[in-house]
Amino acid sequence: MGFEQFEIQLIASVVAAACAIPGVFLVLRSMAMMSDAISHAILLGIVLAFFVIPDISSPLLIIGAALSGVLTVSLVELLNKTRLVKEDASIGLVFPVLFSIGVILIARYAWNVHLDVHAVLLGELAFAPFDRLIIFGNDIGPKSLYVMGTILIINLFFISLFYKEIKIATFDAGLAAALGFSPGLIHYGLMSLVSVTAVGAFDAVGSILVVALMIAPPAAAYLLTDNLTKMILISVVLGVISSISGFWLAIFLDANIAGAMATMAGVLFVLVFLFAPDRGIIAIARRRSHQRWEFAGKMLAIHLLNHEGTQDEERESQIQHLEENLRWKESFARRVVHYSANNGFLLVNDDRLVLTTRGREYAKESIVDN
Amino acid sequence: MHLDKVGSLNKGDLDMSENAIEVEDLTVAYQEKPVLWDIDLTVPEGVLMAIVGPNGAGKTTLIKAILNLVKTAAGQIKIYGKTSSDQKRLVGYVPQRGSVDWDFPTSVKDVVMMGRYGALGWIRRPGKEEQKMALSALDKVGMLQYAERQISQLSGGQQQRVFLARALVQDAQVYLMDEPFQGVDATTERAIVSLLQELRKSGKTVVVVHHDLQTVPEYFDWTALLNVRLIASGPVQEVFTEENLRLTYGGRVSFLKHNGENGVSNIGQRTG
Repeated sequence: MGFEQFEIQLIASVVAAACAIPGVFLVLRSMAMMSDAISHAILLGIVLAFFVIPDISSPLLIIGAALSGVLTVSLVELLNKTRLVKEDASIGLVFPVLFSIGVILIARYAWNVHLDVHAVLLGELAFAPFDRLIIFGNDIGPKSLYVMGTILIINLFFISLFYKEIKIATFDAGLAAALGFSPGLIHYGLMSLVSVTAVGAFDAVGSILVVALMIAPPAAAYLLTDNLTKMILISVVLGVISSISGFWLAIFLDANIAGAMATMAGVLFVLVFLFAPDRGIIAIARRRSHQRWEFAGKMLAIHLLNHEGTQDEERESQIQHLEENLRWKESFARRVVHYSANNGFLLVNDDRLVLTTRGREYAKESIVDN
Repeated sequence: MHLDKVGSLNKGDLDMSENAIEVEDLTVAYQEKPVLWDIDLTVPEGVLMAIVGPNGAGKTTLIKAILNLVKTAAGQIKIYGKTSSDQKRLVGYVPQRGSVDWDFPTSVKDVVMMGRYGALGWIRRPGKEEQKMALSALDKVGMLQYAERQISQLSGGQQQRVFLARALVQDAQVYLMDEPFQGVDATTERAIVSLLQELRKSGKTVVVVHHDLQTVPEYFDWTALLNVRLIASGPVQEVFTEENLRLTYGGRVSFLKHNGENGVSNIGQRTG
């Protein structure tokens, strides 16, 4: 592995970690689409700021461009407040306008500089190691590593400093306001972090991948844990895994690195979605099927208990009879009998079902429970 | 009309500084449409008060206005003589259960500790002391064994108890509760009522948005009948009359007298 390859993976990992942290709160606040809006709208900010400070990785340019992200959020809210437009429609109305102005400005005035729409959308991670940070004649590493490293530290700093405030404002904005923690202030603080992160990351990975890294790892982490701190940590880990595996996928396919990383973020989410131990689709399906057998087993035990010692016990406890009485299909009836016998609830004597002591207890408990 | 009586009650009590809440000429409107019209309401210290009224009467808005959570068009609100933004520490709040996302990744104990956030102020994190308070509050509402439980695993009644515990750790003087009985079973309802009465006995003032008219005289000692305007407020025996209820709910409560199974309580419950 060449040193450049290592540097690319390092940059990608830092970007992923920086994106995942504010992304957790976007997901929890049902604001995933806001990341899409912000990451597009900052194009206008970048172009405008670029006219003033023609240096893509200047901190001033990043802050200037991030303001357009915050502007997007406030325009969406303004539109939303009129109650004439719903929130998702407001998002869909605001950011294409800002984005398209940015596109026109680039096409008209900035075509001869290092700033084109393609690069903004997809980034070009492969070139990131060539843009070095030189201090006093010493090459201390790729510029974007320092830019994103700084943004990662800013994100970590704010989230850990205001962890409690962000948590309460996300969970219960009403109580947060009643206790004196302005949810509006916290909202805009978070949106500023999202904007700064998106601006910083766009140069390395492009604005589309920013969305993938902000949303996919937290959405997956949400299915894996019930603890907010763990959710943040898992999101970071999943983001880093997406980055590194995406890098190697890109090498293997000889494709765009950012695209491969976004693909891996999606693949990881699908894997979690399917196989998450508690909330994955498969776990849910398994639980449902288990509940179905359990319920049928209970039904059978109660049925047998009800007819125990009665005149028609003989008839009611025939396996064949279950079809008529409980209207079960034969194959289903046999499987339920098999399930109950396996659990020691009943014995089968020549097609006659007899409750065991344990089965009797089970039936009685089931009746009381309901 | 009983409005006169209410007015005199206000003025008589204003000078004594023992009123927990004083609302004066409060009007709240959502775009020109008044939700609360010129409300004058005094809540003396140490009462357990039900706010009742039909759907859209502004009950939740009144509570939110007292908490300074909605913009008011006119009027002022005092809590122990000062504005509510000055008295944040004195007010405990139990919002409607449905107002939060119960799938949020956090535990019961963490939610209860949120009640201490106000006292902690910005940046400072909850510690051992806050945990202890949260556990003892959970014990009071009978939820101690659920402390480490995920909030998504709670039933409606348990969620309500968690919210109550969270309000208890706020250690407030005045409690504002929005439908604490909504969707809870009879056992939980009794447990909540006795908790509220305990709070009142220890000198706290408790204001509850309530829907079941049937239980007002049994649970509460003070009531406010609200329908955009304040119809009446005062001790339950005095103001919880058929005439006032008719003024509040319109003609619909004409069968209050034979309030059997399908009496007023049904109307109350339907008006969400």
